[in-house]
Amino acid sequence: MLDAAAIANDTSFMLSRIQFAANISFHILFPTINIALCWILLFFKVRYNQTQDESWLRVYRFWVRIFALTFAIGVVSGITMSFQFGTNWPGYMETVGNIAGPLLGYEVLTAFFLEASFLSIMLFGMDRVSNRVHTLATVLVSFGTTLSAFWILSLDSWMQTPAGFEMIDDVAHVTSWLEVIFNPSMPYRLMHMLLASGLTSAFLICGISAYRLIKGDNKKSVKQALNFSVLLAAILIPIQIFVGDLHGLNTFKHQPAKVAAMEGVWETNSGVPLLLFAIPDEEKRENSFEVKVPHVASLILTHDAQGEIQGLNDFIDEHPPVAPVFFSFRIMIGIGVLMLLFSWFASYQFVIKKQYPTWLLKTGIAMTFSGWLATLAGWYVTEIGRQPYLVSGILRTKDAVTTTPPEDIALSLTLYAVIYGFLLIAYIRTLFVMANRAVALEQATPIENTENSDKNFTAEKQLGEK
Amino acid sequence: MNITSPDWLPIVFIGLMGLSFLVYAILDGYDLGVGVLLPLDNPQHRDSMIYSIGPFWDANETWLVMAIGLLLIAFPKAHSIIFQALYLPTAVMLAGLILRGVSFDFRTKAPSVDKQKWDYAFKFGSLLATLAQGYMLGRYITSFEDSWLSIGFSSLSAICVTAGYSFIGAAWLVMKTEGDLQKRAAKWAQKTNILMAVGIVAVCLANLLIDQQIMDKWLGGIQVLIVIPITLLLGFTFVSVHLYLDKVPMENDIGCWFPFLAAIILFIMCFCGIAYSFYPYIVPFEMTIFDAASARESLWFIFVGAAIVLPMIIGYTIFSYKVFWGKTTKLNY
Ligand code: HDD
Ligand code: HEM
Ligand code: HEM
Repeated sequence: MLDAAAIANDTSFMLSRIQFAANISFHILFPTINIALCWILLFFKVRYNQTQDESWLRVYRFWVRIFALTFAIGVVSGITMSFQFGTNWPGYMETVGNIAGPLLGYEVLTAFFLEASFLSIMLFGMDRVSNRVHTLATVLVSFGTTLSAFWILSLDSWMQTPAGFEMIDDVAHVTSWLEVIFNPSMPYRLMHMLLASGLTSAFLICGISAYRLIKGDNKKSVKQALNFSVLLAAILIPIQIFVGDLHGLNTFKHQPAKVAAMEGVWETNSGVPLLLFAIPDEEKRENSFEVKVPHVASLILTHDAQGEIQGLNDFIDEHPPVAPVFFSFRIMIGIGVLMLLFSWFASYQFVIKKQYPTWLLKTGIAMTFSGWLATLAGWYVTEIGRQPYLVSGILRTKDAVTTTPPEDIALSLTLYAVIYGFLLIAYIRTLFVMANRAVALEQATPIENTENSDKNFTAEKQLGEK
Repeated sequence: MNITSPDWLPIVFIGLMGLSFLVYAILDGYDLGVGVLLPLDNPQHRDSMIYSIGPFWDANETWLVMAIGLLLIAFPKAHSIIFQALYLPTAVMLAGLILRGVSFDFRTKAPSVDKQKWDYAFKFGSLLATLAQGYMLGRYITSFEDSWLSIGFSSLSAICVTAGYSFIGAAWLVMKTEGDLQKRAAKWAQKTNILMAVGIVAVCLANLLIDQQIMDKWLGGIQVLIVIPITLLLGFTFVSVHLYLDKVPMENDIGCWFPFLAAIILFIMCFCGIAYSFYPYIVPFEMTIFDAASARESLWFIFVGAAIVLPMIIGYTIFSYKVFWGKTTKLNY
């Protein structure tokens, strides 16, 4: 009997992990776009206010609708998130609720209401309030989304590098809120995430605009958006790489086991090589197929070619599964490098030479969702890298899990997976439908922005038939 | 912390949490209700109905996040007991909320041929969410018992809550729309009004019969006297709304807000009834708010924030309603 119970418990645990990962992975896709897209919209709007150039308004109108759609999905998947702790991870709140609770509470109080209330004025209020109030509403929504990122990342960072608390009877009690909020990894994570958001939006705008251009949309607004997006990416990506490096150094200081997994280092050693590629094998505790550059890992992490890096074997039972962390890290870095190459070259071509070669536009389309991939990969490094702990050093993930029977979790997981899979397809498809519609329209009247008027409908049909 | 030394912070927080649930039920109630009522036969009516709630639904739903957040923040132990017990209905409710939330946006942006499908998703999602919420309320009231009686009661509660939401949704439409749709909404409001009245009576009786403790609380002493004015007020509200709805639309649309106001009154009374029945328990007859409360310093930290921010939230909520005041018009970006 006991065994059966233990197995059920293990299954609940695995399913809960998968469910949480699926939910948060889905959720993060949409805020990642919106945190930055909102500021970008503000930029478009301000440009229009300054220049009275109609094409800036067109860019604004096209993207504000995508923003609205993205926001809606962000909100509903976020609401799902707020139930996850209670339904699947009761031990989490019971142990660190004194810290997680208020941080989540501040997110709701200061950020969510602000976004949600001013969003409708931003979206539908253009002819109901003055231009100035409308701009203000846009500022407040942008501020709200950034603020929610601030609070949630503060909490997540606290789970990575806890500070400012003491344990009394196995429950965390706060000793300093400042230390809790601005815990050691928080500033790095916040910066890195905000930049990731900027890059994700930039590549989205770039991809969709390139698509419209290839479809023969010669409106000035399309090139304007395209040029803007590649320039933005070209500016952000070097900063992101720099911040990412600092982030890694900070992690090296506070979570050495995670870095060892990222770098695939098994034995503590000095003068450690950088692995460009390898296949970590956790059974044998070694790598095969290594492609390496001598001394570079030590050089990056300790700023000394002979510097010592602690290996995974120093952390038996205390280190994360190696392969997912190792590969995710390389995916993120790989995409970062691609982004650098593309955005610099494209800026040169588009902005300076004013040329739009088809192959480059197609590459842009291929990279439409590269920000999503890098962001997810980055989060997998972070979160899987924290395992086996849910809160580093304090609470093991296994100890927080629910006693809900595995059948129930399997059911809810299936439900979410089906809905999310379906929504993801619908979302991506709708982006391109909207792009096609915009291509087909001669004029950027408000009609472009309302729904499927007959004109749109015929335009769309023609497109379909072509 | 135990009952002998009651701390005022948990009381403040149960108040705030209750208020959030109440505000949620009223605000998201009307937009869920509008979703449930969405007619299958008339696309123009569907458009107007959705325009009428478009600017509000997101902020309305945030009250749910707030209420759940407060439960999580202030009473974490209760939060985990309740949501483990309500695991599946929660998942169903969330699925419903997801479907309807995204349909709002997809319906005007997806390929035109799909618009109607998204409208159905909107209606179906709203229905799923209201049924699940009612069911959860029923399970809560019957202390999560695993008996047929409890499940039957919860199913009854699912229908009543759906009726209640539909009523407040229809009342909202009477206030926000004109012409044919307004007349139609008045019909809906009348029907759901009756259903809701029957539901409330049934739930009250069932509740008294199921639970001795609740019976004692209401009928076991002098407080029985308060039951009389409450019943009268309820009766008066139901009947007067019914009569008013017969006359919609009145000349100059006089009193178009009345059914909505009546709905709010009914919601408040139902809410107070439940609150009175269970206080000071947060998990019925198992855990009081004092047993479940978080550490004082944490409650204090969030209390200060709430005291500053809540008035601001109320302020800009009112501002947003003012911007979209009056009869619904088409929503343009
Ligand atoms: C567009 C997205 C994007 C791009 C191009 C990069 N990252 Fe990143 N990275 C993220 C998006 C991201 C992220 C999703 O935002 C993460 C997850 C958690 C976090 O703080 O940021 C992340 C985590 C993350 C971590 C884990 C920190 C920890 O868990 O403690 C490190 C060390 C780096 N990044 C380093 C880099 C470096 C050196 C990059 C240079 C190419 C880089 N990232 C590009
Ligand atoms: C937004 C981007 C995020 C992504 C993509 C992400 C991804 C993941 C993944 C993949 C896991 C599973 C790790 C494993 O079990 O091996 C996980 C675990 C977890 N994360 Fe995150 N996470 C994110 C942010 C957050 C934040 C902000 C919080 C807290 C507020 C959080 C809290 C948790 C919790 C409680 C778990 C426990 C479940 C588990 O370990 O499986 N995560 N996350
Ligand atoms: C690092 C990870 C996360 C980030 C950066 C993030 C950020 C955001 C942002 C910016 C929004 C606004 C909606 C949008 O722009 O699409 C949002 C929505 C939301 N998020 Fe997250 N979130 C994260 C993880 C979580 C987690 C772990 C929870 C659960 C506690 C959560 C709960 C919510 C809720 C409830 C909403 C809806 C808010 C509303 O009604 O406006 N988020 N999130």
